[in-house]
Amino acid sequence: MADTAKPKGGGTAKSSGGRRQNRKNDSPDLADESPKDLLDHYRRMLLVRRFEERTGQAYTQARIGGYCHLNLGEEATVIGLTSVLDERDYLFTNYREHGYAIAKGMSPRGVMAELYGRTTGVSRGWGGSMHMFDTETRLLGGYGIVGGQLPLATGAALAVTYRGGDEVVMCQMGDGTTNIGAWHESLNIASLWNLPIVYVVVNNFTGMGTTVEMASAEPDLYKRGSAFRIEGHRVDGRDVLAVRDAASGLVERARSEQRPFLLEAYSYRMKGHSVVDPAKYRTKEQAEEARDKANDPVAIFEERLLNAGVLTEDTKKEISDAVREEVADAADFAENSPHPDVSTLFDYTYATPVANESKRMPSEPVFAE
Amino acid sequence: MSVITYRQALRDTLRAEMLRDEDVFLIGEEIGVFEGSYKITEGLLKEFGERRVRDTPIAEEGFVGTAIGAAMLGLRPVVEVMTINFSLLAIDQIVNHAAKVYGMFGGQTSVPMVIRTPGGGGQQLGATHSQNIELFYSFIPGLKVLAPSGPADAAAMLRAAIRDNDPVLLLENLGLYNSKGEVPEDDEPVAEIGRAAVSREGSDITLIGYSRMASVATQVAQSLAEEDISVEVIDLRSLRPLDRETIVESVCKTGSAVIAEDDWLTYGIGAEIAATIQEGAFDFLDAPVRRVAMAEVPLPYAKPLESAALPSAESVTTAVKETLNAVGRRVG
Ligand SMILES: Cc1ncc(C[n+]2csc(CCOP(=O)(O)OP(=O)(O)O)c2C)c(N)n1
Repeated sequence: MADTAKPKGGGTAKSSGGRRQNRKNDSPDLADESPKDLLDHYRRMLLVRRFEERTGQAYTQARIGGYCHLNLGEEATVIGLTSVLDERDYLFTNYREHGYAIAKGMSPRGVMAELYGRTTGVSRGWGGSMHMFDTETRLLGGYGIVGGQLPLATGAALAVTYRGGDEVVMCQMGDGTTNIGAWHESLNIASLWNLPIVYVVVNNFTGMGTTVEMASAEPDLYKRGSAFRIEGHRVDGRDVLAVRDAASGLVERARSEQRPFLLEAYSYRMKGHSVVDPAKYRTKEQAEEARDKANDPVAIFEERLLNAGVLTEDTKKEISDAVREEVADAADFAENSPHPDVSTLFDYTYATPVANESKRMPSEPVFAE
Repeated sequence: MSVITYRQALRDTLRAEMLRDEDVFLIGEEIGVFEGSYKITEGLLKEFGERRVRDTPIAEEGFVGTAIGAAMLGLRPVVEVMTINFSLLAIDQIVNHAAKVYGMFGGQTSVPMVIRTPGGGGQQLGATHSQNIELFYSFIPGLKVLAPSGPADAAAMLRAAIRDNDPVLLLENLGLYNSKGEVPEDDEPVAEIGRAAVSREGSDITLIGYSRMASVATQVAQSLAEEDISVEVIDLRSLRPLDRETIVESVCKTGSAVIAEDDWLTYGIGAEIAATIQEGAFDFLDAPVRRVAMAEVPLPYAKPLESAALPSAESVTTAVKETLNAVGRRVG
């Protein structure tokens, strides 16, 4: 079961970056794990890492527009959480979701093409970085409005129970999102109606420049389900196996008990809030912690696997090369994909065709001659 | 006079008003430690401290409502809502409370507050982050809605809004923050709320805009002047109250009008202007009033689609020329 202990270290007010949480020693023993699965987790985490690095570059080169938020530093959470979801389970996320999209089964090509705004993108170029969506793999949206995904995910869980299904809904969000009205309203409804949903708070200690302590009167976020009698747990989000185990327990309980649960996973946001944010508001100490190898989930897992002999220098290189190639291929694919044609501008206003729908371009009069 | 950006004009005015009046304080997301999502409040936390520059949790309904309550006790909060899209989470407090408290309690207490918030498409932010929706607020009696198109107006209107005793929405624009212009260096002038401006005189046609589209309208007028077309530009400045007289007077003189707005057409601000023109200048109209507005779709992310959906200098120019053709004057 998940670690519900408080993170160690001095979490002083106004400097949540100041809590130096050491990795828990109660992480699952590698000896009990299948090496194949371990390597697969590692490969997938590395894929998210390299994909996001490439995304950052492409953004700086103006291949990608709009806002762009990366999962750098959150790879263990992304992979740990998604590894326990069945294909039939649903996932809703915020706008920091490229990694989740890939991990839930979308192709890196489709995700990168969405970032490039091409027709081959998972949302056909209509959504961009913040709005990945794929009916087939059941990631029903990244959402750019903070908290927007919470009622929707809750409603998806309602649909599941309405139909008597046994799918579970997972709803990811950031720490800052626990202060918006939709949080309170959604958790209350989910608990009242016994909905099979796991709310996951990815606590990277900050929403933009605001620390958890600045924004949340109860900074122990996993406790914040208690007002709704929703059981909450906290896990070290730098440890992919710990996240996996915590999430797996809650997802299966949501399924079997038909109840909502809350999971908080903490890890560092390695860069600014978005690609353009230099994060100047961070103190020197906070910046160092966010960069520290000891807090880097990919480095932590890699070292563990190397030490245990699950990963050798050779396989490491093999995996690294393959991942690089996959990311390069995704970027090539995106680059060479077509831009949407202007003639498609009115294709998605309504699902049911309707009389008198406006299809006027800005320069056209309401009544043409 | 000094030449500064729209951003700087807002910042300087906030600072000056805070120095002038102890009751003025700032409240909003990321305005302090982060120094503002668009850096309007840069440096102000350092100068004024946490009492006067208050960072909030992500809780639009909560902090906008909190500001309304503080204003009811006579403070003068200046709220920053990060973009107008997020004001939708606070629209209940704005419409049902800020706009109602004065009237509903028989004029016993007013709500002297300002909500500053930028709109503006064209940044590839996608459907939920590219709306303007100023018309939602312009529809509401009890609110005052201002839309400055340049740095001098941004300063003068913000000053007026802070000193006004009613809730004022100051609509900023992402596309204007870096625009530059001459701004007086002292605490003057204080804009008169409810007044449009003729920002360029002309005789052939009236071109009406506000916020970013008012500055686009001026550009269009400048370039059409080279083709010997004399365009009179009206910058609405105040969306509520609306200065109908200035609009009608101009159209009576020119005989035709084009309205440019950065929002959807149906039921929009342009519709209100067009209705005003036919009511006030019917006998003077030589051509139908033309509206240039966004294509009526949730704004797509992909650049070619987004650009096609938004009004631009080109689409405004086309509309002006076609309207003059309808009047009977052959152009381009
Ligand atoms: C309703 C609303 N208010 C404000 C914003 C602007 N905004 C975007 S992300 C963000 C911070 C969110 O922080 P958190 O939930 O901790 O997620 P993180 O970005 O750290 O992953 C804010 C304030 C928004 N998108 N929606």
